[in-house]
Amino acid sequence: MGLLTALFLAPIIGALIIVFIPKDEHKTIKSVAAVATFASLAICLYVYFAYDQAAGGLQFTEFISWLPDFGINYSMGVDGISLPMALLTALIGFSAIYASWNIEKRPKEFFILLLILIAGVMGTFVAQDLFIFFLFYEVVVIPIYIMVLIWGSTKRVSKEYAGMKLTIYLLIGSAFLLAGLIALVVKSQGLTGNWSFEISQLAQVKFDDKFQIVTFALMALGFTSLLSMWPFHSWSPDGYAGAPTAVSMIHAGVLKKIGGYGLIRIGLFILPVGAKFWAPWIIGLAVMNVAYAALIALAQKDLKYVVGYSSVSHMGYVLIGVASLNIIGVNGAVANMFAHGVMSALFFSMIGYVYDKTHVRSIPDLGGLAHQIPRIATGFMLAGMASLGLPGLVSFVPEFTIFIGTWKAAQGNPAVMVAAVLAISGIIITALYTLRLLANTLFGPRREEYDWLPDANVPEMVPLVVLGFVLIVGGMFPFLLMDMINNGVEPLMTHIGPVLEAASKIGGNL
Amino acid sequence: MIGLGHFLVLGALLFCIGLYGALTKRNAVAVLMSIELMLNAVNINLVAFSRYLTPDYIAGQVFAVFTIIVAAAEVAVGLAIVIAIYRDRLSVELDDFDWLKW
Amino acid sequence: MIEFAMQKAWLIPFLPFLSFVLIGLITKRSEKLSAFISIACILTSFVLAILVAVGIFGAGEEFIEKSFEYSARWFSMPGLEISMGVKLDPVSSMMLFVVTLVASLVQIYSLGYMHGDPGFSRFFAYLSLFAASMLGLVIATNLLQMFVFWELVGLCSYLLIGYYYFKVSAREAAKKAFMTTRIGDFGMLLGILFLQIVFGTLNFTELAEIVPKYADYGITLGTLNLIAILLFIGPVGKSGQFPLHVWLPDAMEGPTPVSALIHAATMVVAGVYLVGRTLFLYKTATTAAEVVAYVGGFTAFFAATIALTQIEMKRILAYSTVSQLGYMIMALGVGSLTASMFQLFTHAFFKALMFLGAGSVLHAMHGKVNVWDFGGLRKKMPYTAWTFVIGGLAIAGIWPFAGFYSKDEILLEAFNTGHTGLFWLAVITAAMTAFYMWRMIFLTFFGEEKAENHPHESPFSMLLPLFVLAFLSVVGGWVALPEHGWGYYIRLGEHEAGHAPAWMIATATTAAVGGIALAAAMYWKKIISYEAVGKAAGPLYTLSFNKYFIDEFYLWINHTIVDGLGRLLYWVDIYVVDGIVNGLGFFTKEAGAVLRHTQTGRLQNYALILFAAVVVLVLYMYFKSPAAAMIVLGGGN
Repeated sequence: MGLLTALFLAPIIGALIIVFIPKDEHKTIKSVAAVATFASLAICLYVYFAYDQAAGGLQFTEFISWLPDFGINYSMGVDGISLPMALLTALIGFSAIYASWNIEKRPKEFFILLLILIAGVMGTFVAQDLFIFFLFYEVVVIPIYIMVLIWGSTKRVSKEYAGMKLTIYLLIGSAFLLAGLIALVVKSQGLTGNWSFEISQLAQVKFDDKFQIVTFALMALGFTSLLSMWPFHSWSPDGYAGAPTAVSMIHAGVLKKIGGYGLIRIGLFILPVGAKFWAPWIIGLAVMNVAYAALIALAQKDLKYVVGYSSVSHMGYVLIGVASLNIIGVNGAVANMFAHGVMSALFFSMIGYVYDKTHVRSIPDLGGLAHQIPRIATGFMLAGMASLGLPGLVSFVPEFTIFIGTWKAAQGNPAVMVAAVLAISGIIITALYTLRLLANTLFGPRREEYDWLPDANVPEMVPLVVLGFVLIVGGMFPFLLMDMINNGVEPLMTHIGPVLEAASKIGGNL
Repeated sequence: MIGLGHFLVLGALLFCIGLYGALTKRNAVAVLMSIELMLNAVNINLVAFSRYLTPDYIAGQVFAVFTIIVAAAEVAVGLAIVIAIYRDRLSVELDDFDWLKW
Repeated sequence: MIEFAMQKAWLIPFLPFLSFVLIGLITKRSEKLSAFISIACILTSFVLAILVAVGIFGAGEEFIEKSFEYSARWFSMPGLEISMGVKLDPVSSMMLFVVTLVASLVQIYSLGYMHGDPGFSRFFAYLSLFAASMLGLVIATNLLQMFVFWELVGLCSYLLIGYYYFKVSAREAAKKAFMTTRIGDFGMLLGILFLQIVFGTLNFTELAEIVPKYADYGITLGTLNLIAILLFIGPVGKSGQFPLHVWLPDAMEGPTPVSALIHAATMVVAGVYLVGRTLFLYKTATTAAEVVAYVGGFTAFFAATIALTQIEMKRILAYSTVSQLGYMIMALGVGSLTASMFQLFTHAFFKALMFLGAGSVLHAMHGKVNVWDFGGLRKKMPYTAWTFVIGGLAIAGIWPFAGFYSKDEILLEAFNTGHTGLFWLAVITAAMTAFYMWRMIFLTFFGEEKAENHPHESPFSMLLPLFVLAFLSVVGGWVALPEHGWGYYIRLGEHEAGHAPAWMIATATTAAVGGIALAAAMYWKKIISYEAVGKAAGPLYTLSFNKYFIDEFYLWINHTIVDGLGRLLYWVDIYVVDGIVNGLGFFTKEAGAVLRHTQTGRLQNYALILFAAVVVLVLYMYFKSPAAAMIVLGGGN
């Protein structure tokens, strides 16, 4: 068994073990889940640092022929794009277990589903075969729905509504994606005579322009709705608000990133002409994401909604980075997915603590919490500061690189220039709502009614320490992250560079 | 001279009677009997084709035997279901059975 | 030693950072240990900074044109290389000296001032981080490094202004400071992006060489001006220039030592320092330079008019800082690095002195802030009073105090470069500065003692920094006197301005003395009734007292326009975007509700439909293509 298989097998084995543990053994169940995700994290860290950057390319590959008649293989591998995503999954998965430490309702089922969810997300990032990729992607949907329904919370919208919305969006997205995948594979079989689901092989096929444009649109519909692009974003705030903490963490932290990852790995890599055609549209909609969602976040009174809309807003930057179609922008997009993952997971876990204990999420009803729960307040501060792109924390360098990439793409194109300026102005509004949130929940006069609130204990500190550590180290030593990402992005962009240059069809005349 | 056509007409008539019964009878037992009629219409067809078109092979007859066996099993299961339903609902009227509708 | 200090100059910001980490992670519970670590670190940095200064200035001409520079890669990708490094030249080593000095003194002062505060260790941790960020900014080799530390400085000011986080006013002031500077950062970031894309580098040394040849990089002078103005928006926010000055007066919500640090040596001068660092850009982009000069000149004047009528001690000082920063920015706008850095240097001393002095007064008055509640404090607090007077003389620009030399330098530069209007604006501002400063001094330290006040002199740890700063406020300006003095080392292309003509010195001194005399007449000797003057000024007084209603205007924009837009879009999101989504869901559901009637649940119906379908299908196929139908019917050939 290869290391990459072990990455997602560890949580599954954990889930299998939990099946055989009596349902009242809460402590044992949680420990098994923690050990399983820790094993996954340890392996992932090893792989991350053992990856030979000088050699580059796909490494730790595994290949088992599965359905040779259709060219479907069990094919695994990681490169500079998927490794940070896998690491992110492992980090957030491990933290999510600890963030759910206080679950009292049916912990056995909860942790089984959570582990399956983690395994599914992990699988998508290491799969190199589109069929396997899609398989893992679908594995993810079911646990989320069940978890929102059983462990979710009802505020503005009911948890049933939120869960259904989340699931339907995921499924509609994946339907478009499936259509795109099938078109891609069938067409490539027609052109080359071979069946293949392997991403790297499909990328070698020269699809004609019209096909690329249509297929990219199908895939982009799937991926961007997963990435909550405007106007397909409305599942995101409602879904996160309804979901239990761990699901919000994993969903906002990594699951969403499958959209961006797919857009780069599949959309850009296999269908560059289509990407170039649609890029102006994506930039336009992404600017809507950034500005529109940030402004809406200002008007929110519910903590989870603020972070939900903020995540929509941040995803706009990722989309802009991808659509800038140059190496700097794409680098920034991948890095920003990582950064936002860590940040939003930390945010949701902190909100989760406050909400689980007080059952209050409405900002006007909170306030002065730094008096009672200084540790959690520190976590809030860290996440908030990362959200507004403070240098020294992990999200600054990605945002800056995206801006550089966009600015570069905007040269000689006034419309894109305006879009870029609008997008960058998002940092002001982001700062406004983040600071308001921090000020109104953490600071201000002491509120007696929260005096009983206990500060985070040791298991609850785990997400804060782990994610906070990554936030700070990633921010102070960005080369740890950026070198790896560039290692994956540079060959990809070099591969499609000539095609992009030559492509003349651009949509929208933007 | 009685030929293939006569048998086929008989089979078709039997099938239509069975079908009519199966679609219109209220009583579940009557429906089961109607289904038996339809199966037997098929059997007639099978045997007739076999006898007139391929007299050297007895594939049709074998098929008919299979059908009879399946039909017997089906009646056994079907009657068991009817009895089970009767115990529950005290009725064998098909009009009372619309639980397929949600 | 000197060699070591220069090679390891990164230790200067690193040590305070280390102290921040140590206090935050380990010694938080032990207040004494925290304070000790913090002060030890900043003092070590101070020593290193002195060694660096000796190394730079002792080497004669070597480092004037060419800086001593080294760096390490921070991150890179094709087309974008960013490093973090150390750039030592006369300007940065001067700044290192000033920042470490003021930071050390403020920390020592805080020992006394913050004594008994529940967040003592936290306070020292923040102070250390603040110093570290500012020092990192000072040694930056490139604009991005500067931006990184620039933002960290902003963070620290946020934390420190909001130090009393249980106070709503402090919380709001901290938020305001962060937000206002953020708006500036937005412009600055655009400028940085522009520079990176056009010139492919952000390194100061490289930019200085290639910016004058901008035409080779395919941009026009207009674009370069645009870049320079965008970049300048950052300093407008950070250094409290009009119209983004609003946060600075509110920043006094933090503990007083913090105000001293923010207003004197860190944070606000970062903006001035940035413009100084990129002055080569403004030398080429002259239109932008004019903008800089007039923004600075206007701010100096504008803030002074507000300071005239304020009644809180720290608020008066705050507006005075805005005004003084305006001077520095104006000096840069007219192209003089020498004059602006000189003003920065001396201002750091007397402004820190006055803020710490004000802290001493507030400490003694137990939270009273209104200058009208004070009076005659010089009797009970002589050390504070007389050091404060030295500060007042220095800021007014009276010979031989530090402010005299630096202010003259700026006036001279403004005049020499042909900005006569700015020159006279600066002179009027100088008179107003003298007036409002001495108004405060007379009201606080002179006049009659008030019976309800029970002032006491502050402890030695608070007085020591006052003495050191008072001494420097006296002698600080003398560095310009030797032949190879200030202007010889710290310059960028400009010639040494020489000495101001006698009429100019006379004008400036007259303005200052006149301001002091008027203040004395109105507030000490009460010869002129200030009430009558205030009444005569009428609406002007109201405008000045309410800070021209700019805060209210911004609040209106923020709460009405921005929040309103947010609420509007939220409405759109719920009812239009989500409305469509839910509408689709509703349509699907209703369609299902209609179609479900076809499902009777009766098996016989289903069977009938099934059979009918087969019949229809067969008939259809029979008429469409009989051959195919024959296969189904079992016949055929």
